[in-house]
Amino acid sequence: MTDSKYFTTTKKGEIFELKAELNSDKKEKKKEAVKKVIASMTVGKDVSALFPDVVNCMQTDNLELKKLVYLYLMNYAKSQPDMAIMAVNTFVKDCEDPNPLIRALAVRTMGCIRVDKITEYLCEPLRKCLKDEDPYVRKTAAVCVAKLHDINAQLVEDQGFLDTLKDLISDSNPMVVANAVAALSEIAESHPSSNLLDLNPQSINKLLTALNECTEWGQIFILDCLANYTPKDDREAQSICERVTPRLSHANSAVVLSAVKVLMKFMEMLSKDLDYYGTLLKKLAPPLVTLLSAEPELQYVALRNINLIVQKRPEILKHEMKVFFVKYNDPIYVKLEKLDIMIRLASQANIAQVLAELKEYATEVDVDFVRKAVRAIGRCAIKVEQSAERCVSTLLDLIQTKVNYVVQEAIVVIKDIFRKYPNKYESVIATLCENLDSLDEPEARAAMIWIVGEYAERIDNADELLESFLEGFHDESTQVQLQLLTAIVKLFLKKPTETQELVQQVLSLATQDSDNPDLRDRGYIYWRLLSTDPVAAKEVVLAEKPLISEETDLIEPTLLDELICYIGTLASVYHKPPSAFVEGGRGVVHKSLPPRTASSESAESPETAPTGAPPGEQPDVIPAQGDLLGDLLNLDLGPPVSGPPLATSSVQMGAVDLLGGGLDSLIGGTNFVAPPTAAVPANLGAPIGSGLSDLFDLTSGVGTLSGSYVAPKAVWLPAMKAKGLEISGTFTRQVGSISMDLQLTNKALQVMTDFAIQFNRNSFGLAPAAPLQVHAPLSPNQTVEISLPLSTVGSVMKMEPLNNLQVAVKNNIDVFYFSTLYPLHILFVEDGKMDRQMFLATWKDIPNENEAQFQIRDCPLNAEAASSKLQSSNIFTVAKRNVEGQDMLYQSLKLTNGIWVLAELRIQPGNPSCTLSLKCRAPEVSQHVYQAYETILKN
Amino acid sequence: MIHSLFLINSSGDIFLEKHWKSVVSRSVCDYFFEAQERATEAENVPPVIPTPHHYLLSVYRHKIFFVAVIQTEVPPLFVIEFLHRVVDTFQDYFGVCSEPVIKDNVVVVYEVLEEMLDNGFPLATESNILKELIKPPTILRTVVNTITGSTNVGDQLPTGQLSVVPWRRTGVKYTNNEAYFDVIEEIDAIIDKSGSTITAEIQGVIDACVKLTGMPDLTLSFMNPRLLDDVSFHPCVRFKRWESERILSFIPPDGNFRLLSYHVSAQNLVAIPVYVKHNISFRDSSSHGRFEITVGPKQTMGKTIEGVTVTSQMPKGVLNMSLTPSQGTHTFDPVTKMLSWDVGKINPQKLPSLKGTMSLQAGASKPDENPTINLQFKIQQLAISGLKVNRLDMYGEKYKPFKGIKYMTKAGKFQVRT
Repeated sequence: MTDSKYFTTTKKGEIFELKAELNSDKKEKKKEAVKKVIASMTVGKDVSALFPDVVNCMQTDNLELKKLVYLYLMNYAKSQPDMAIMAVNTFVKDCEDPNPLIRALAVRTMGCIRVDKITEYLCEPLRKCLKDEDPYVRKTAAVCVAKLHDINAQLVEDQGFLDTLKDLISDSNPMVVANAVAALSEIAESHPSSNLLDLNPQSINKLLTALNECTEWGQIFILDCLANYTPKDDREAQSICERVTPRLSHANSAVVLSAVKVLMKFMEMLSKDLDYYGTLLKKLAPPLVTLLSAEPELQYVALRNINLIVQKRPEILKHEMKVFFVKYNDPIYVKLEKLDIMIRLASQANIAQVLAELKEYATEVDVDFVRKAVRAIGRCAIKVEQSAERCVSTLLDLIQTKVNYVVQEAIVVIKDIFRKYPNKYESVIATLCENLDSLDEPEARAAMIWIVGEYAERIDNADELLESFLEGFHDESTQVQLQLLTAIVKLFLKKPTETQELVQQVLSLATQDSDNPDLRDRGYIYWRLLSTDPVAAKEVVLAEKPLISEETDLIEPTLLDELICYIGTLASVYHKPPSAFVEGGRGVVHKSLPPRTASSESAESPETAPTGAPPGEQPDVIPAQGDLLGDLLNLDLGPPVSGPPLATSSVQMGAVDLLGGGLDSLIGGTNFVAPPTAAVPANLGAPIGSGLSDLFDLTSGVGTLSGSYVAPKAVWLPAMKAKGLEISGTFTRQVGSISMDLQLTNKALQVMTDFAIQFNRNSFGLAPAAPLQVHAPLSPNQTVEISLPLSTVGSVMKMEPLNNLQVAVKNNIDVFYFSTLYPLHILFVEDGKMDRQMFLATWKDIPNENEAQFQIRDCPLNAEAASSKLQSSNIFTVAKRNVEGQDMLYQSLKLTNGIWVLAELRIQPGNPSCTLSLKCRAPEVSQHVYQAYETILKN
Repeated sequence: MIHSLFLINSSGDIFLEKHWKSVVSRSVCDYFFEAQERATEAENVPPVIPTPHHYLLSVYRHKIFFVAVIQTEVPPLFVIEFLHRVVDTFQDYFGVCSEPVIKDNVVVVYEVLEEMLDNGFPLATESNILKELIKPPTILRTVVNTITGSTNVGDQLPTGQLSVVPWRRTGVKYTNNEAYFDVIEEIDAIIDKSGSTITAEIQGVIDACVKLTGMPDLTLSFMNPRLLDDVSFHPCVRFKRWESERILSFIPPDGNFRLLSYHVSAQNLVAIPVYVKHNISFRDSSSHGRFEITVGPKQTMGKTIEGVTVTSQMPKGVLNMSLTPSQGTHTFDPVTKMLSWDVGKINPQKLPSLKGTMSLQAGASKPDENPTINLQFKIQQLAISGLKVNRLDMYGEKYKPFKGIKYMTKAGKFQVRT
């Protein structure tokens, strides 16, 4: 009596039979029939023709039958959208069922029916379920929001589900919190710029509390979310680390690795002298070792991550070499990874053990593994100088085995050892030459030829050896051909008398008979060199070569830092940043390790603390290709012309363009001053008489010309996007002049010179007012600070968003493009104070639909403090009054292009949020003015 | 999140597919088949395979590939852990996890998968909860179901899922209250030619079978808790208490569960209970080789070593072997070149040995590699690390439970190089 009976079919009219059974009166028969349908579905048979009949079975009290029908619906609703509508009513009814299991099941299933028409009907039940009294229903509904978002993102936003979801992060039930985080993370992935998971110390605290009580899977979501947070100082980082550490003892390896990620990232902020830092390092080792006793698939992912961790912090696992020793029945993918890590951990202390192991591996059966083991011996020799001699003798032993691929691999690595320790081990050349005939792989042949050419003077029959290769010159691969050409030229320069003929032969083979341009060109260069100046040729060809570096195939430091932020993800398995391979190339936000900040420091100067800038403000790096490139390329990258007089007209035009006539009416502002009584803003209320005197009673003593608020520098162009040049910067406005404060850091290995900067056309005509002055060349690891004065007389083009600025920076290496958003308050001019009469008139005159209202949260300032704070950023208080216990500030500001913005700021004593109403003839700027208000008031 | 799951048998047939989001065409598995073809053995198929639009993450267990399809950046360990959990659940439900059994129970399988994952998010993965939602099939229940028309599906809310102890169901009742704990240790070791230990470590677990009425609160203490410095706990264990007092305090799940797993690292001195003496020699230009191995006890703390089996993958050049064991039975498969010797108990007075000759391919040079010997064994009533449970106490309930503790040491990956 097993389910396999559902697979046996009577060939003829199976569907027909099932149809009859589905419509049977007997409950039992119906259920059996549905089971048969499901069984057919699971093996991929098309049973969609039965849709109406199966849907008819949905109205039942039998839970199993209901579930089965739900299963069927999820599978086929897409192909039968019209029929699926029939099921909607039952779903809506089930969402009201007294049994929470059924409510949850209904909302869950509805979300899985990926039919657009159904989604509309889903909204109401979903809204109810998100607020359900039962946490089981709430947590199911949270996931459903993510499903719905996948089908129709706009609908989810319009219906306000995202806000509800954000509220669920503070839910009392840890499972609901975990699911809300999971759903938000998934939604955020398709909206990299949106600020969905806005983390602050309060929400972090909630997450950490939920972390202790939710399921293992929930813990993974929460930990991954925590890893995106940037603590404000080392104390906060340490306290988060302390609360995350217990997760290292979890049985689920994914939880462990996610916890490792959080710790590795936040550790970056801790001072190395701290006792806690040492404790944390010790705590990280055991869980990583334990991961290696898990199933091979888990081991593989763990090993790929450990590979990153040992590069970043080798001290964690330096004593754990033995756990990476290879068992002979490990799967090959585990073996290769273990080997890699063994070499990374090799040091003078353990090299003897490592070598003994590697020698053992070199006699194993698996060819790929043996090759890598032989190569590893060479890498050890290069890495640990004291072991070089032993490594070479081990390699010689291996060459004696005469196993073909072992010999070839050994010769390739011995070549590298010669490069690292020249004139030390040449005695082995004779042994190598014995094996010349057995080499059949290009890499090994090329290596051997290189050795012969390099040490031609010590090998008596070097010319014979090389000549033997020459016979089949055209059948060799390019690599070997090039090597052979160089080797023979070297030989000729060393023993000119005997080898003239040989060199002629190879030069003619390379230049006349070959159609490979690389080979031909190299041949010509040698030919020309030899024929014009043999001395110079000697200097070029036999020049002393730089030694090869200690460790090979290390990941570049900036990439490594980024990958550390992605521990446990696919990026860490492939050792590539997610932007390099994640499907769809959705703008992936770059993550970087947090900078180290001591809390004492940040207490004194808060501006140096990392602000944890919301992702929205993070600069996007302009991709190398794109339509805006053409625009930028047309600009001359030389020093910019500083404001020619005729530019003014273009500003006017641009502004008109941008503001749709707003400017004209503002210029003629005096024309429409209305009687004062009528001009009072509508929401001032009844007591106009007394209100007016209040309103016009101005607070005096304002108007100092100190600079406006300056945001801390943010990284605009990460080094990995710009061949080692890192640019961070901010904007300032001081005494009427705007400047861009830049910090250029050279993270490459070569000196940078010839800097120049250029802006693309932008909304407010920002342009450099002077060339970029970098006086001395920028040497590696050097940083230079520059303040670039800006003018607002450049060409104007409306950008999206309005305050977007696209910048091109050139140096001797390349031209790099990036874009950044400038805060609007750098454009607020000093004479932005409007006359009261004029204010009233203008306020009245601007149509109400241009009014925009915003909430500024968490801003516990009183009216005076706010007013003086804003004043220093050129937002002027025109009038102030008190209505029903609320302070109303009427303010004005003017932008560099002459746009006036009028504001009403309502502050309620004791309430940390205040309301801002903005009126402006160009409503596009309101949003940005609001952001400026928010930054100024909060800093 | 996890999009779809395909189950593939070793001959490359997809015999079950399940989609949690939109349907992913099974042609995506072609990439998997390619990788499978490249890997010589099933074990060597890489667990992460990229395709143009998806990633395939797979685990290989019970001769079945469980292939998950994902589309966005998802922690791969999360997916692999989940797949292993799926396998464990099948095993728990059906006793064995094999293609015929999964096909026989396809509807239950489908229902279980549906409960385990919602839109790619894990939903209920604790077997306690799953069994409340969907009852595992038993012969009796199948018969009863067919007569009465009742079903496998429970119709109540999985209560445990929302309580503070989500792993335990409520209203547990037993007439005999018992709690058994098995301390099982596996030794992973590599021994070199001369018999010295290259690396040895112990993977230990404490598996529990707890059948106690109500909401018992247990504490378990050890004689030598210092041995446990690298541990992973079941979520029920109170971590704080362990940190401060080194006592395991927990409200147990009902039934079988793994309380704790631990790792005694290579840095501690690990006792090696057996030794292998071997003499395997191939001579150049001879069609015969000599083969001789002897197994004997080393540090066994006076306990008997049982269930000993010796296996070894012989080099390709070995055509056949003619061997005589002093005890037990042996086989050699000339196709796979696998030698296995079922030894049984080791009697210290008369050590088991296996002697004889190997016939080699005539004219071929002697094999490059030396065979590695794999050892399996069991020792009852011994935890080789020396871990000992001190006492087990129960709070929160009145009755007196029956308690039992068993120790066992086994070979894990125990390899002797020759």
